[in-house]
Amino acid sequence: MLDRRFFLGSAGLAAVALLDPRLALAAVAGERRFVFIILRGAMDGLQVAMPVGDPAYAALRGKFGPPDNAGAPVRLDGMFMLHPALVETAALYAKGEAAVVHAISSPYRARSHFDAQNVLETGGTAAYALRDGWLNRLLPLLPRTREPAVAISPTVPMALRGAAAATSYAPSVLPAADDDLISRAGAMYAGDAQLHALWSQAIDARTAAGADAQGRANPAALGKLAATFLAKPDGARVAVIELGGWDTHAGQAGRLNQALRGLDAVIGALHSGLGADWAKTVVVAATEFGRTAAPNGTGGTDHGTGGAAILAGGALKGGRVIADWPGLAAGQLFEGRDLRPTADLRGLFAGLAAEQFGLDPEMVARTVFARDVRPMTGLVRV
Amino acid sequence: MHMVANSQFSGAIAANRFGLGLRGGEAPPDNPQAWLLGQFDRFDVRPESIAQAPGSAVMAAEFRAYLAEIRPFLQAGGGRRGNGVGSGVGNGAGNGGSMAGEAATPQMAEALGDVANAKDMRGDLRQRLRRQFRDGYGAQARARIVSALTTNTPFAEQLVHFWANHFAVSADKLQTIGLAGTLEFEAIRPHIAGTFGDMLLAVEQHPAMLLYLDQAQSIGPDSPLAQAALRRGGRRKFGINENLGREILELHTLGVDGGYGQGDVQELAAALSGFSVGGFVRRPVGIEAPDGSFVFQPGWHQPGVRTLLGRRYAQSGEAQPRAMLADLAVHPATARHLATKLARHFVTDVPPPALVDRLAAAHVESGGDLMALYRVLVAAPESWAVATPKFKTPWEWTISALRAVGGRTAPDLKIVGALAELGQPIWRPGSPAGWDDIAASWAAADALLRRVELAGRIAEVVGDRIDARQLAPRILPGVLSAATATAIERADRPQTGLALLLASPEFLRR
Repeated sequence: MLDRRFFLGSAGLAAVALLDPRLALAAVAGERRFVFIILRGAMDGLQVAMPVGDPAYAALRGKFGPPDNAGAPVRLDGMFMLHPALVETAALYAKGEAAVVHAISSPYRARSHFDAQNVLETGGTAAYALRDGWLNRLLPLLPRTREPAVAISPTVPMALRGAAAATSYAPSVLPAADDDLISRAGAMYAGDAQLHALWSQAIDARTAAGADAQGRANPAALGKLAATFLAKPDGARVAVIELGGWDTHAGQAGRLNQALRGLDAVIGALHSGLGADWAKTVVVAATEFGRTAAPNGTGGTDHGTGGAAILAGGALKGGRVIADWPGLAAGQLFEGRDLRPTADLRGLFAGLAAEQFGLDPEMVARTVFARDVRPMTGLVRV
Repeated sequence: MHMVANSQFSGAIAANRFGLGLRGGEAPPDNPQAWLLGQFDRFDVRPESIAQAPGSAVMAAEFRAYLAEIRPFLQAGGGRRGNGVGSGVGNGAGNGGSMAGEAATPQMAEALGDVANAKDMRGDLRQRLRRQFRDGYGAQARARIVSALTTNTPFAEQLVHFWANHFAVSADKLQTIGLAGTLEFEAIRPHIAGTFGDMLLAVEQHPAMLLYLDQAQSIGPDSPLAQAALRRGGRRKFGINENLGREILELHTLGVDGGYGQGDVQELAAALSGFSVGGFVRRPVGIEAPDGSFVFQPGWHQPGVRTLLGRRYAQSGEAQPRAMLADLAVHPATARHLATKLARHFVTDVPPPALVDRLAAAHVESGGDLMALYRVLVAAPESWAVATPKFKTPWEWTISALRAVGGRTAPDLKIVGALAELGQPIWRPGSPAGWDDIAASWAAADALLRRVELAGRIAEVVGDRIDARQLAPRILPGVLSAATATAIERADRPQTGLALLLASPEFLRR
């Protein structure tokens, strides 16, 4: 609130401010950028920011962790180590420009991807209870810019859908073949003799031709593209990026490593692409739920509850892990299997967005989410 | 009607195998057999989308204009083609002395000795026509797609596709690019619920077929035209083209093993001489007729009594080929040929012999009444015995996928191009035999991968508005497997779930 009052009181702006407080804010708040990265598929927060200081962690996970060739994990504090794939993120963390929020989730407590993503994006308490996205409801509270909020995807995702103007842009560098779909289709055909044989041939042929490497998504390009939209004068100030590949039921070590490298590349590309504007930017990467505390029998983890969010940005008060750690001991797990959530993603979103745009966090929490949502504060440099 | 139609998947069979696929939000039919047979009273022969697409008259007029413009350049360039692209029936050009002074530009080119320039002009004209015909083709192909997506009589619509493939005209030749689709719209659609004989005659008299199989320039050596030319000492030789005659016997009626010989091909071809297309023939050699419409040229017809399959045809003029076609339409070999193809298309790749027998008998007994065939097909227990015995062709799969997601126009999806990618470009089977109708031709490794990719592309456009978990049991009633349901359930985003549904084993089949 302090900054808001300060600007309203500035000479010369006061008269305008009386007519429309937004115009007064626009001068500075209009330079602030907010990026929401949706991690679709449920990221395993326990392997991203590993709670090595929790005595139950080693018992649960043992040698189940990042692949040996991925490098050494980076110590975040006395409790947590960061996955080695997050190289750029670790460097930002060291400068105080990245953070982790742990043991966090949406209010959703079942384990369906679809339903959980709907809750994550609508900001409601149950799937399909709300018809628009929380970011869209945030937009009317922000200074107007010439260009609307943008999603770097073929369509506007639920988080950004609603009455306020928003657009989407699908870069041609987006992959034609989605690796995740390809692998799921292969699994689906396993029980069909005719299709299984054809599929095996097709994948072999394509791998031999090297098409797999070419078809892979280029996450750095997504980040760079988002930065281009955000860096324009009077351009988009809110952007959404979607990243898949987090649903690591099997072979998690390699797949999570790959997915995290993608996320790290997006953050790195935003950092370099935004240049001086990085100082006015916050990024929040969140997922629909976490994964089981214990690995399953196929080198992966199954659908869980509490997870982690990753924050970045030059405007962030970072360099720390924010967590009210619930513990991983048997009696501390949610339903005996998952990391228990002690924080609400809606509170994180409300507080981060409010502080970033110089708005009253309580007002944002109430307006965008619900009356009982408690905004997380102290996240942004003012 | 058989009670088998009340099995748990009979609704899926009716809608997905006989029809073009259930649309999202559409309930499977309660009484599948009545639903299928009731469609022919409601079938729209000329729906809005097709009425707006350019017909054969428009295409023929463009082609005729091209022939008139290119003629002088053919002379100037010295490179006139005899039988190839762009010649059509216009290659009587050498006889038309009046044409010589018509074009100043090629004369100038000639005067300058610039033969290359004339060649360029010819190339330009050919390019222009190709563009015009491609535009026409595109509009017609989109009309076909929209009609398939929006129709409320999907069984009748699928029969249109079946018969158009039976009477395939491939849009490969320059002349047929813009005409192939018009055959389906003008000769197939009006006749799907009539007699096979009427459809056969309409097809063999359609400009697309006449130009595709070179019939429009077939002239009897003893015809009045040829005789008159001989008396004048003309050098041009006239002759019969057997192409259409042969394909009528081999592909359209009796079938390759239908018991005919080379003599029958020649006799039918001779009788067909005179079948031509208005707008493509210059005076004084033929009767004037509107652009693109069928015309019988009595002066081209090879006179005489003909014998086909042991039967004498003493009629003169057009009555002779008409009588032959009418007999061919109801011949027992034709009945068996059509019965086999229908059973293969709607029941199984290897058609049940008993069903083929019943269909063939119905064809003969009814005098080729197509409704009689459809009634046998729909009543047959064989039709309802297995849920998804057929692997969908790329066309069937693409159309059913778009219907499933509620597509009515799909303008963004570039479906015409996608079908080419999947291996089945619309109206371009490459031969008059049409597309194969068995799994072995379509269930191939890379083709499967491409379907999965296209499923992904469709899902990216619409998938976040559709819950595949709810859609799956609705469009695959009684057919959805637990494995597919689980795969969809486990998908980490709605788009992936929808793509998996469209690529699922039970959706790839019908």
